[in-house]
Amino acid sequence: MTAYRVTIGLEVHVQLKTKSKMFCACSTNFGESPNTQVCPVCLGYPGSLPVMNRAAIRLTVLSGLMLGCRINAFSKFDRKNYFYPDMPKNYQITQCDKPLCSGGGVDIEVDGKARRIGITRIHQEEDVAKNFHYAKWSGIDYNRAGVPLMEIVSEPDMESPEEAFAYLLALRQILVYAGVSDCNLEEGNMRCDVNVSIRPEGQKELGTKAEIKNMNTFKGVFAALQYEIARQMDVVSSGGRIVQETRRWDADLGQTFSMRTKEDAHDYRYFPEPDLMPVVLPDALVAEWAATLPELPAQRRERFVREYGLPEYDAKVLAAEKPVGDYFEIAARQCPNPKAVSNWVMSDVMRTLSERDIPITAFPIPPDALAELVKLAETKVLNSNTAREVFAIMLAEGGRAGDIVAARGLAQVSDAGAIEMIVDEVIAGNAKVVEDFRGGKAAAFKFLVGQVMKLSKGKANPQMAGEMLQRKLSN
Amino acid sequence: MLNTLTLHEIVEHLERRECRSEDVVQAVLDAIRRKDDRIHGYLTVDAEDALAQAKAADVARAAGRTGRLLGVPIAVKDVLNVRGQPCTCGSKILKGYTSPYDATAIARLRAEGAVFLGRTNMDEFAMGSTTENSAYGVTRNPWNMDGVPGGSSGGSAAVLAADEAIAALGSDTGGSVRQPASFCGCVGLKPTYGRISRYGLTAYASSLDQIGPMTKTVADAALLLEVMSGLDPADSSSLSVPVPDFRASLQKDLKGVTLGLPREYFVGGLHADVELRVQEAIEVCRKLGAKVVEVSLPRSREAIATYYIIAPAEASSNLSRFDGVRYGFRAAGAEDPIDLYKKTRAQGFGAEVKRRIILGTYVLSSGYYDAFYLRAQKVRTLIRRDFEEAFKSCDAILSPVAPTPAYRVGENSADPLQMYLGDIFTVPVNLAGICGLSVPCGFTADKLPVGLQVVGPALGEEAILRVGYAYEQATAWRSQRPEFSGSLS
Repeated sequence: MTAYRVTIGLEVHVQLKTKSKMFCACSTNFGESPNTQVCPVCLGYPGSLPVMNRAAIRLTVLSGLMLGCRINAFSKFDRKNYFYPDMPKNYQITQCDKPLCSGGGVDIEVDGKARRIGITRIHQEEDVAKNFHYAKWSGIDYNRAGVPLMEIVSEPDMESPEEAFAYLLALRQILVYAGVSDCNLEEGNMRCDVNVSIRPEGQKELGTKAEIKNMNTFKGVFAALQYEIARQMDVVSSGGRIVQETRRWDADLGQTFSMRTKEDAHDYRYFPEPDLMPVVLPDALVAEWAATLPELPAQRRERFVREYGLPEYDAKVLAAEKPVGDYFEIAARQCPNPKAVSNWVMSDVMRTLSERDIPITAFPIPPDALAELVKLAETKVLNSNTAREVFAIMLAEGGRAGDIVAARGLAQVSDAGAIEMIVDEVIAGNAKVVEDFRGGKAAAFKFLVGQVMKLSKGKANPQMAGEMLQRKLSN
Repeated sequence: MLNTLTLHEIVEHLERRECRSEDVVQAVLDAIRRKDDRIHGYLTVDAEDALAQAKAADVARAAGRTGRLLGVPIAVKDVLNVRGQPCTCGSKILKGYTSPYDATAIARLRAEGAVFLGRTNMDEFAMGSTTENSAYGVTRNPWNMDGVPGGSSGGSAAVLAADEAIAALGSDTGGSVRQPASFCGCVGLKPTYGRISRYGLTAYASSLDQIGPMTKTVADAALLLEVMSGLDPADSSSLSVPVPDFRASLQKDLKGVTLGLPREYFVGGLHADVELRVQEAIEVCRKLGAKVVEVSLPRSREAIATYYIIAPAEASSNLSRFDGVRYGFRAAGAEDPIDLYKKTRAQGFGAEVKRRIILGTYVLSSGYYDAFYLRAQKVRTLIRRDFEEAFKSCDAILSPVAPTPAYRVGENSADPLQMYLGDIFTVPVNLAGICGLSVPCGFTADKLPVGLQVVGPALGEEAILRVGYAYEQATAWRSQRPEFSGSLS
C-alpha cells in the first residue's frame, strides 16, 4: 500500500472581545433577544456608513504581536461581494491584499515532538448574522452581524489531525491569555475551516485540497480531518482523482459532503472599501499597544520554574490558564515555599474547581487566604489532616485560616510534655498492642500513633508523636 | 407669492415676523397643488406633516428660539434619509421603505429649524441625466414642458424653477446637481468630496457621491452649504476642516481673481447657443476684474470612460443590499433565498440600474479587475493631477455645465452612450474630488436655460461662490421666469 503525507492548513475566525461592533456602536453582548442589538449600519440600511472600531484593531494587532506576526504599517479594508441572507449588505467588509498582520507562528507539541506552525496572515473583518431555519420559514438574527472578527490563516504546515488539534488548543490558549477573545466555542467565539490534501510519500508538490466547513468544536475538526483524510486516501488508492471543492462536515453522520466544486466557486469581486480610510499604524502606536501585552503562556512557564523553583510539570499546569497562573502567583508571593502553594493549587483547589465546574475566578477562597493556610501547614501549626479540615471550612463558610484555627483550637500540639502524657496514656491503655509491636508486628505501631492522634483530637504533631512512641517503646 | 422668494428673502421675512412659517409652507403647498401635476417634480408631499413642522417652528420662534433656517421649507431629493419619510431613490425596489433615521446633513438642517416638506423625483438611484429613469414617472422642465429637467436631481431643479420650493437638496456623483440646475436655470453646488457628510445619503458610487444644495441664488447655496458642512464621525470620508463663513466670501467684484479656461473644453461639439452664453459670461467676469488664462486638462477626455468603470463598480456592490429581505419591495412567489433575490431585483430595478450593475459586476470580476477597475483608478489619479496643475495658475476654472441645453423627453433614451457624453464637463470634477458650481448664464434661442460651471480646487468653495456670486449680481437672469408651455423642435 502507498504511504501518504497529509497537509493541513487552518482558517480560524475569532470574535474579538470588544464592547461594540466592528463598524457601529451596537453592543456585542451574546444571548440577547433577536434583533435587539441592531442599527441602520449593521442592518445595511440605505445611506448608512461603517466607522472603524479602534478597539478591535488594537486586539487584532495584539494577537499579531503575541503570535510573532509583522504588524503592517499600512493596511486597508475591502469588500467581499456575495449574496446570502446572513449578509445585511450582501458584501462583507474584510481585508483582501493588505491585512493588519503578516507572518508569525504557533508552537505546538505532539507526542513529545515540538513544531512551529506558521501563520500566513491575520486580517480584520465583520461577522455575519445568524440564520434560523424552521419548518416553513427562516429567521435572521442580526445581533451578531457586524461583531468584530479576525481571521487567522495558517500555513499548510500541519501533517496530522493531532497537530491541527494541538494548533487550535495552543492558539486558543494564547488568545484567551491576551484577553483578545473568550474563544468560547459554544457561543461561536471561535470557528474554523480546514484545508486538507494528501500526496504520495516522496511527491513534492501538494495534492489537490478540499476545504471543509461547519465544524463547531475542536473535536469536530479532528474527526472531520480523520474522516476526510481516509476518504481522500480511498479515492486515490482506488484510482480516483481528488477534485478541488468545498465540503461540509456533518457531525451527526460523521462524514463530509460536497457543497460546491471549484467551477461554481464564488467570484467575490474584491475591491477597496470606499467608505473606510486605510489603517495607518505608526510604530509608536504599535509600541504603545505592545507595552500592554500580557506574558505568553510559554514565557510564564519558564518564569515559574526560574522564579519559584517549580518543577516543569507544575509550571505547565499552572500557566495553562491565565487566571490559574494569576491565582498561584498571588498566593506564592506571600508564602516562603511556592512549591507547597503549587501542590495545594494543583490538588485541592483544582479538584474543587472540577467538582463544582467553576472557573478559578469564582473560587471562594481568595489566593491570599490560601497562602495563609499553606503557611500554617508549612510552619507545622497545622498538620496535614487539620489543614485539609480548615480548607474545607474555608470553602464552606469562608473566613481566614488563622481565625478558624484559633476559634476551634485546631493548632497542632508540638509541646513535648503534652504529647508525652498522651503517649504514656496510650502505651498504658494498649498493653496487648504494645506487646504485638515488640513482638515485631509493624502494623501495631501505626495503630498506636493513631491512638495518640485520636486522644489529641488530631492536633498532636504526628511526627513528634511517632518519635516519642518509638523512643518509649524501644526502652 | 411667498413661494417665489429666495431662501434669504424668506429667512428675512420670518425673522422680521412679516410672515409665519405656516404661510410660507402653505404658499409652497399651494404652488405644488397648482403646478405639480404637470411638472411632477415631487414624489411625495406630506402637507399635514409639513404644516405641523411649520407651526412648531412658529411656536419655537415665538418662544425666542432662533435658527439659521427656522421655519424654512426645503425640498429633499428622494435619495436622502429623513426620519419617518419614504426614501425610494426613484426605485420600485424601495417602495414602502420608511427611513428610521436622519442623514447627518438633514439632522444639521433640522437643528437650524428647517422644515422637510417633500421628496423630489430623480433618476433611479441617481443613475441618469434626465430623471426619465425614475420608476415613478418623468419630471418635466418648467421652461419647456417637452424638455427634461436634467438629472439625476431633476425633481429638485424642476420644483425650484417652478417656484414649488424655496430651496432643495440634490446629490452629485457625476454632475447630478449641476446639470439639472443648468437645465432648469437654478444654482447647484457640488462641494468638495468630504465637505458634507454622506451619512444617510443612499450610496450610488461612494467615492464620488456628494450632497449638494440646489437654490435660486448663489447666496442661498452658500447658506445651505454652511449649515450642512463639517466633520461627521459617522462618515470616515468626511473632512476634518473648519467650516468657513461661506457667505463672507461673496463679493461683487473679481479683482485679483484668475479664471482658467481649459483649452480642451472649447474645441467644438458644443451647442452653439451654449458656447455663446458661456463666452459672454467669461466676458462679464473679465469686466468684473478677473484675469482670464488658458489652462490644460488633457486627461479630461478619459473622464467618461473612467467614470463608467468606477461608478458602476461601486454601485454594483452598494446596490447589493436591496434584496427584499429587510425592507422595501419583495417579489412574491420565491422558492428560496437566491430565487427571492433574483425575482426581487429583476422586478425591483429599472433598465439603467441593471445596466450599471452588470457593467460594475463585470469590471470587478476576477481576471478583469486589473484591466478595468485598477486602471481606471490610475487614470483617476492623473485626472486629479491635471486639476492640481491647472489650479497652480488660476483660482477657478470656467466651462459650460453641459454641452447642450435640456434634451427633449425621450430624445436619448435609446442611446445611453450619447447620454453619458453629456456629463463630459461635470464628471471630471467628481473624479478629482473637487468642487463645482452651476450658475445660470442665460438662455438659448429656444428659451432654455444655460449654466456656467465654476470649478474650484479641493476645499475651494469660497473661490467658486465668490465668482458665481459676482457673476450673478452682474446679470439678471433670475428675473426671467418659466411659462410652463412651449414645445421643443
